Amino acid sequence: MSDVVMPQMGESIAEGTIVRWIKKVGDRVDRDEPLFEISTDKVDAEIPSPAAGVLIEIRAKEGDTVPVNTVVAVIGEASAAVAATRAATPAVTPAAPAPAAAPRASAPPAVAPPAEVRPSAPAQAAAAPAPAAAYAPAVSAPAAAPAAAAPTPAGLSGDQLRRRKSSPLVRKIAGDHQVDISGIAGSGLGGRVTKHDILAHLDGAPRDAAPTVPAAPAGARPSGGAYAPAFKPGDHVHVVPMSVMRKKIAEHMVFSKKTSAHVHSVFEVDYTRVASIRDAKKADYARQDVKLTFMSFLMKAAVDALKAVPIINSSLDGDSVVYKKEINLGIAVALDWGLIVPVIKKAEEKNMLGLTRAIRDLAARARAKQLKPDEVQGGTFTITNPGVFGAQFGMPIISQPQVAIMGVGHIEKRVAVVDDMIAIRTKGYLSLGYDHRIIDGAVADEFMSHVKRTLETFDASAV
Amino acid sequence: MSSPRPLTIRRLGVVSYTEGLELQRALVAERIAGDISDQLLLLQHPHVLTLGVKAGESRQHVLATPERLAQLGVELQETGRGGDVTYHGPGQIVGYPIISLKPDRCDVHRYVRDLEEVMIRVAATYQIEAARIPGLTGTWVGAEKLGAIGVRIQRWVTSHGFAFNVNTDLDFFRLIVPCGISDRGVTSLRRLTGRDLPLPDVEDRLIAAFADVFQRTLAT
Repeated sequence: MSDVVMPQMGESIAEGTIVRWIKKVGDRVDRDEPLFEISTDKVDAEIPSPAAGVLIEIRAKEGDTVPVNTVVAVIGEASAAVAATRAATPAVTPAAPAPAAAPRASAPPAVAPPAEVRPSAPAQAAAAPAPAAAYAPAVSAPAAAPAAAAPTPAGLSGDQLRRRKSSPLVRKIAGDHQVDISGIAGSGLGGRVTKHDILAHLDGAPRDAAPTVPAAPAGARPSGGAYAPAFKPGDHVHVVPMSVMRKKIAEHMVFSKKTSAHVHSVFEVDYTRVASIRDAKKADYARQDVKLTFMSFLMKAAVDALKAVPIINSSLDGDSVVYKKEINLGIAVALDWGLIVPVIKKAEEKNMLGLTRAIRDLAARARAKQLKPDEVQGGTFTITNPGVFGAQFGMPIISQPQVAIMGVGHIEKRVAVVDDMIAIRTKGYLSLGYDHRIIDGAVADEFMSHVKRTLETFDASAV
Repeated sequence: MSSPRPLTIRRLGVVSYTEGLELQRALVAERIAGDISDQLLLLQHPHVLTLGVKAGESRQHVLATPERLAQLGVELQETGRGGDVTYHGPGQIVGYPIISLKPDRCDVHRYVRDLEEVMIRVAATYQIEAARIPGLTGTWVGAEKLGAIGVRIQRWVTSHGFAFNVNTDLDFFRLIVPCGISDRGVTSLRRLTGRDLPLPDVEDRLIAAFADVFQRTLAT
């Protein structure tokens, strides 16, 4: 028996669309014989069969877009496959409802999508181990302890059982509809719940004992609030599955909010001096094919302030504060399809030109989807720039395991009082989101004052 | 450091779209079998509108009636490639690389980015600054498309490829919404440089850039 998965056709490719099945269920295929065609972007690719045998199941139909490594079909030996299904089904199915019954009674519908770490994403699991634990349906009391490493109880937990009994697609549908998969009889191999099973279950819900949308008692969800489902069957809605990138951002943001005690502080900065230096030096930089922007000055000011207030460039590890000797500056880059934070490594060793070049290169490659995984990891401090979209200031969420993030607000000419006269100055707000577990307001403000002072008295000879 | 792989260049002149398809099919099979080395076909098509695999969708992006197309001598062709509707015609250099991306270039996005790079570099030799637009495959000058891309990959052997507007009569693009993108125009080297460019010369530059980007040596 071989699973056929959506292949990873490139580093930056997270999903693919099935354009055409060349073989039908029941067809014989040889190893390496073309099996289906996929499409990503402007590229079509023909995918060969990973094994010889008979195509016994197609799990993703033409037009479906699925994440890489999702099982899209199963190839087996025709006779063996049927026998295996028969043998396995009785063994697993009766066992299924029992363990599921208990969790449903205590903490009912939480087939929590955030806990669904795809098997293909070990990096993601490593980066954010806590959500799995925090979100795990209350299998046992210890599992609910926040930030504990996910316990693996002996035997099958409800989650493992669901996993064994379903594909990621089915778990996703189940999550969307708040259905407990372990309560559905599976017609697939080994009692697996197929997409067809769960859709049938959703259509004809009442015939089954398990309610489709169980009334959630208050306090049942980890967050403590009972709220209405996003939509009901028949509502006028358009449902679009989240991309892999979107899901990762969502998980990380919630994880960060649960991890750090976020506090924000906002400073107003006078950029008039920076603006005039920039105007004077712009042409010099342009000759070297780089664009001198406010971000160049902000990066330099942040690096200087991080050196002066090193706890901002640290992480919390258990009961210890880990000071990072290198300053790896993450710069958030907005993409049409999401957000990515490339990292300028050892920013403290770079001058203005070096920082400007580095961010230009990283941003260009981020937009061209050519960043290497290494280039988005290891950041020690982040700058994000909501101001480019017009925001006066942002209240950014920390990128874990960092402890602070600086948000750059819109920079514009404003009316200001200078020496008791009304003047026009180039100004903007800077905000700092920081982790109050280890950074107190006075320290955060010391850092921000340093940034502000550097910008307002910028050393033109350093540009 | 292994020695660069050989690349055979085939300059085919004007080839009908269907002939081009047949030739590619044969060469892809031979390349998969390992009977031939990597190939770069350079050619021009007579006026033709080609539809991508999502033919239903792309047909809506053909703005002219079949009668009007016939009157202008423009063919309509369905293809197996990705992408939406595209126009090919005289003055446009079409490049069909039939190359194996194994073992070190097995990344479809990288391949597409590399094709964009080839056209960006050639544009640069004419002092034209072409660029990528994130999310919109192709090579762009400002908001106008200079080169289009549509690719097919079988066992990491490529077919179809790029279409580079050199002296293309851009009026023909008014027959379609190029690649379903309605708010962006098309352009050509002729429009950007203000003169007709000899195609063999542009081909030379494409070959040099291609060999460089893909690290191939030209077979003699």
